Amino acid sequence: MAFDDLRELYQEVILDHGKHPRNFRHPPEANRQARGDNPMCGDKITVYLTLAPSPSGEDVVADAAFEGRGCAISQASASLMTEMVRGKTVAQVRALFENFHDMCTKDDALHGDHGDVDEDAMDRLQVLSGVRQFPMRVKCATLAWHTLIAAVDGGAKTSTE
Amino acid sequence: MTTYALHQAPAPASDRTGFDIAAVRRDFPILRERVHGKPLVYLDSGASAQKPRPVLEAMRHFYEHDYANVHRGVHLLSARATDLFEQARETVRRFINADSADEIVFTRNATESINLVAASWGGTFLRAGDEVVLSAMEHHANIVPWQLLRDHLGIVLRIVPIDDAGTLDMDAYRDLLGPRTRLVAISHMSNVLGTINPAAEIISMAHSRGIPVLLDGCQAITHLPVDVQALDVDFYVFSAHKLYGPTGIGILYGKSRLLSQMPPYQGGGDMIASVSFEKTTYKEPPHRFEAGTPAIAEAIGLAAAIDYVTGLGFDAIGAHEADLLAYATTRLQTVPGLHIVGTSPHKGAIVSFTMDSAHPHDIGTIIDRAGIAVRAGHHCAQPLMERYNVAATCRASFGLYNCRDEVDALVAALMTVQEIFG
Ligand SMILES: Cc1ncc(COP(=O)(O)O)c(C=O)c1O
Repeated sequence: MAFDDLRELYQEVILDHGKHPRNFRHPPEANRQARGDNPMCGDKITVYLTLAPSPSGEDVVADAAFEGRGCAISQASASLMTEMVRGKTVAQVRALFENFHDMCTKDDALHGDHGDVDEDAMDRLQVLSGVRQFPMRVKCATLAWHTLIAAVDGGAKTSTE
Repeated sequence: MTTYALHQAPAPASDRTGFDIAAVRRDFPILRERVHGKPLVYLDSGASAQKPRPVLEAMRHFYEHDYANVHRGVHLLSARATDLFEQARETVRRFINADSADEIVFTRNATESINLVAASWGGTFLRAGDEVVLSAMEHHANIVPWQLLRDHLGIVLRIVPIDDAGTLDMDAYRDLLGPRTRLVAISHMSNVLGTINPAAEIISMAHSRGIPVLLDGCQAITHLPVDVQALDVDFYVFSAHKLYGPTGIGILYGKSRLLSQMPPYQGGGDMIASVSFEKTTYKEPPHRFEAGTPAIAEAIGLAAAIDYVTGLGFDAIGAHEADLLAYATTRLQTVPGLHIVGTSPHKGAIVSFTMDSAHPHDIGTIIDRAGIAVRAGHHCAQPLMERYNVAATCRASFGLYNCRDEVDALVAALMTVQEIFG
C-alpha cells in the first residue's frame, strides 16, 4: 500500500482536528455566515464570522467558528482555518485563502503572489498540503475556505462545484 | 499491509457454486490492471460495470466492417448497420421477454428513459393534484424528473417509507394508493441498500386500482432475470453500462398500448413519417421516441453484453453473487465499528456500510491505495441518506466477475483504516 502518501495526508494534526474540531459552534453574536455544500459527497458546512471594525477602520475577524459534517480532511481544514483567521483583517483573510488554495492545487513553483501573508499561518496549514497528491480530495480541504470567503463577501450559499 | 495477491497466485478455478470464476475474470481485460501498484479490486459495478471482451470486440468489429448511419441509406453498409441495430433491439426484447421489439426504445441511459416517460406520458396524462408514488430509496434519476413535473403541472409526490432494514413498507404502500394516484415509479432494486423490492406485488396492487407502474431496473437487470410480461410492468428502464455494456445507451420498455398514446419526446430526424412546414407526422413507436442519430455501436455492444450475460445464465450468476454477498456480509461484520446499511432479507449483491472511526470519503481514499475501488458518497440518493441520518456511506457493489479473495482484500484494507483512525 502506498502508505507514505497516506501518512502524508492523514497526519496526526489532521486526525486530531478531524476528531476534535476546534471552534465547532454557532456563536450568537456572529454577524456573517455562509453555507457550503460539496454536492459530490453531500458534505455540508456553515461558517460563522464575527467581524468588528478595527482602529484603522478595516474589519477584523474577532471570532470564527463552524458547524457541519464531513470527512476528516474537511473537518480538520475548517477547524484549522477558524484558528488561523482570527485577528486578521478581511484583506489578510483573502490573501491567506489565495495562498492556501495555491498550496492545495499547485506545485510550489507555481504559487502566485497574493500580497502580505501570514507565514506562520501558512506553515501550520502546510499539514493539509498532502491533498495535492489526492486530486479527488482537494475540494474537501477547500470547502471551508470557499465558504469563509462567501461569508466575508456577505454570506450566501456556496458550493465547490 | 495485505498479503493478498490475486494475480500473483492463480485465481481459484471455480468458486463454491461451480461458477468458473477464473475463466470469467479472463474475459474482462481491465481486471489485469494495477492501481497504485496493486491488483485492481473493482467493487463499484453498481456505479458502472466493466466490459467483457465480446462487447469490446463487437463494437470494434462493427466500426471496422459494418459502420454507417441507420435507417437512411440505400447502400450496403447502411443496410447492414440498420439490420444490426434492429437486431440489437430484438436481443433486448428477448432478454426481458417483451411482447414486441416495438416496445423497446433506445435512449441515452435510464435517466433519459425516466425523463421521457415523465415528459411525454406525464406531460400528456397528468393534471394538477394527480399523485405519483415513489419510494424512500429512489435514485435521484427517479425523483427529479417527477419534481420537474410537479413544478410544471402541480402533481403531488407520495413517498412509500422503508423500515430500518431497508424493506419497503407494503402496508403504507397500499394506503398511499388512492383515487388520485396515476402512477407508481419505484426501483426494482436499491442501488444503496441492495433491497430487491417485491415487484410483482407492487404491480398487482397498483393494477387492481388501474394504476400503471414504472420500475427502475438499473440495478435489478444485472442481478436477476427480468420478464416484463410475467411482471406485467408498464414501463421498465435500465442503462447498458451497468449490464457490462457500453455507456451512452439505455432502454425504455413500455407497453405498446401506452407508447402508442404518447407524443414525441424530442423532435428531429429519424422520428418523423413526413415533414412539411405546415404539418409533421410522426413514426410509430419506438422510432417516434428516437430523434436523431442513435448510439448505434453502443446498441450492438449492448446486444453483445446481453449475449454474454445470458450465456453464463442468471442461475449461475445469481448463485455466485449470493455466495459473495453472504461472504462479504459475514466478513465485513468482523471489522470493528463497521455498520452495514441495508439488511433486508431479500437483497442483491450490494453492501453499503459506515464506520464509527472514519468518514466514507476517508475510507474510500485509503482503500483506493490498496487497489480497491468502492463508491463513497450519497450515491445519488440523498433522501435515503437523510432517512438513515448519514451524510454518506461506502458501498461495495459486486459484479459477476468478483471473487471471495477480493472481499478478503477489502476487509484487510478496512482494517488499515481502523489502524489509522482507530
Ligand atoms: C437505481 C438507479 N436508478 C437510476 C440510475 C441512473 O442511471 P444512469 O446514470 O445510467 O442514467 C442508477 C445509476 O446510477 C441507479 O442505480
